[in-house]
Amino acid sequence: MKQVLEFEKPIVSLKEKIAELKEFTKHSDIDLSEEVSTLERRLAHLEDEIYGNLKPWDRVQMARHQERPTTLDYIDEIFTEFIEFHGDRAFGDDEAIVAGVAYYKDNPVTVIGHQRGRDTKENIRRNFGMPHPEGYRKALRHMKQAEKFNRPIICFIDTKGAHPGKEAEERGQSEAIARNLVEMAGLKIPIICIVIGEGGSGGALALGVGDYIHMLENSTYSVISPEGAAALLWKDSALAKNAAESMRITSYDLHELEIIDKIIPEPKGGAHRNMKQQAENIDIILEQSIKKLREIPIDDLLEKRWEKYKQIGDYIES
Amino acid sequence: MKKCNNCYKIYYRKELKKNLNVCPNCGLHNQLSAWERIDSLFDQDTFEEWDQSMTSSNPLSFPDYEEKIEKDRKKTGLNEGVVTGKGLIDGQATAFAVMDAGFRMGSMGSVIGEKIARAIENAKNESLPFIIFTASGGARMQEGVLSLMQMTKASVAISRFSEAGGLMISVMTHPTTGGVSASFASVGDYNFAEPGALIGFAGRRIIEQTIREELPDDFQTAEFLMKHGQLDKVVHRHDMKHLLKTLLEMHAKGGVGK
Repeated sequence: MKQVLEFEKPIVSLKEKIAELKEFTKHSDIDLSEEVSTLERRLAHLEDEIYGNLKPWDRVQMARHQERPTTLDYIDEIFTEFIEFHGDRAFGDDEAIVAGVAYYKDNPVTVIGHQRGRDTKENIRRNFGMPHPEGYRKALRHMKQAEKFNRPIICFIDTKGAHPGKEAEERGQSEAIARNLVEMAGLKIPIICIVIGEGGSGGALALGVGDYIHMLENSTYSVISPEGAAALLWKDSALAKNAAESMRITSYDLHELEIIDKIIPEPKGGAHRNMKQQAENIDIILEQSIKKLREIPIDDLLEKRWEKYKQIGDYIES
Repeated sequence: MKKCNNCYKIYYRKELKKNLNVCPNCGLHNQLSAWERIDSLFDQDTFEEWDQSMTSSNPLSFPDYEEKIEKDRKKTGLNEGVVTGKGLIDGQATAFAVMDAGFRMGSMGSVIGEKIARAIENAKNESLPFIIFTASGGARMQEGVLSLMQMTKASVAISRFSEAGGLMISVMTHPTTGGVSASFASVGDYNFAEPGALIGFAGRRIIEQTIREELPDDFQTAEFLMKHGQLDKVVHRHDMKHLLKTLLEMHAKGGVGK
């Protein structure tokens, strides 16, 4: 059973109606083909209408969709010969983050990403894609290696946030995230970050310092979940929908705020409707990005990275 | 008169102030304002403030945000939740940033990120060490993802400063949580904290809801972090100036700037 989102229900019920009519004509002499084509036209119109006017809260639902493709799905589609490497060499292996090497168009790259589970069992193993400190430290270990061997780094961001837990605090969740931010800032190798689902706060950011930051059209990036923001600001998590609007968390918002570089289009109805198409859309932008970054001398690249982040924010100086 | 929140002993405010807001009986470290902190560390009249006038805009047009800022400007006499500048600690020059938890709970928006990043750049350009005292509830919700990106802005500045051989000392004071704890507060060459300070990434309540068990009383205190190897030292406020001065001296001999 496919997960149907609230705002998609009119589309689904119209589709059911069309299917019913088609079924009916099979066993009947009455010709309903004209009615069917009218309804199909109406369906196309309705789809354009609904998917063309998604509200921030609709996109939040889309970003969290059960069937939304994950990091490993895109790795399968976009790269070849991916070899996953495990462990932080200090504590353990955090399966909420995957990391390894692969070929991208015949060139070796390092690929790192948050990894949600694709079913409940896998979600438990991967802690719903919410990393512990050892996950971030594993990621950093791979980034350093990428720098050493001159491999561009591609990070896929897809997490509700870093895991909030006792052991995570004991092992230095703050330090692990903070360390990645500072280290990524100085890595002498191109870094491309792509938000594919939810970009949840510091836990997302710890894989998110780069030369290009792209977002899939229906992904989100925010300092706190809409539910969390509503609870904090208005003491009512039911106001999440309002928070989603005012916090400016969609790809369009971040593009307007000049935080991200490109919005990667999604197939109609979302990435999960056509994963291959989505992977192709990512591939196009990724290829351009790597090509551009490879042309920039490394010192200039680091200077540009600083300028990129330096300009983010808004304040008044008198 | 003021009653200590921990041991309930009653003191004259003057007496407490003279003791740098540390309870003379039980040692509870009450918060210091940004300027009280500066006065407690810097040689008289040596502190020169940077970017004093910078203040918050309302980039996301968030309801009631301007009013809240205005209220805290009046309350604290500051334009934002951080004071940056340079001065002398026992004759040793250093760049400095100190957050003030009295201003929107020290939450970090664009102004705090920008002022801290500039202070670090200034330190780099003037070959000064950089000392920061953090106090923050985390990101500023009203600036949304812009506040999140200030973590990165400060981090890129730190990376450049560190690459140039700069010395950074971080002192976490009560409270240092969320996005501030998960960025510049945790990446000094030396990380210190004041006794009893609350320091952590996620909020206690959120963790309790997630793991459905009660957390120990000392959870996320400076002492808890110390026990788990997350800090270099817990430092009593009375010992702070001497420690900073000593470290500045040690690194001045060839340690500042490559």
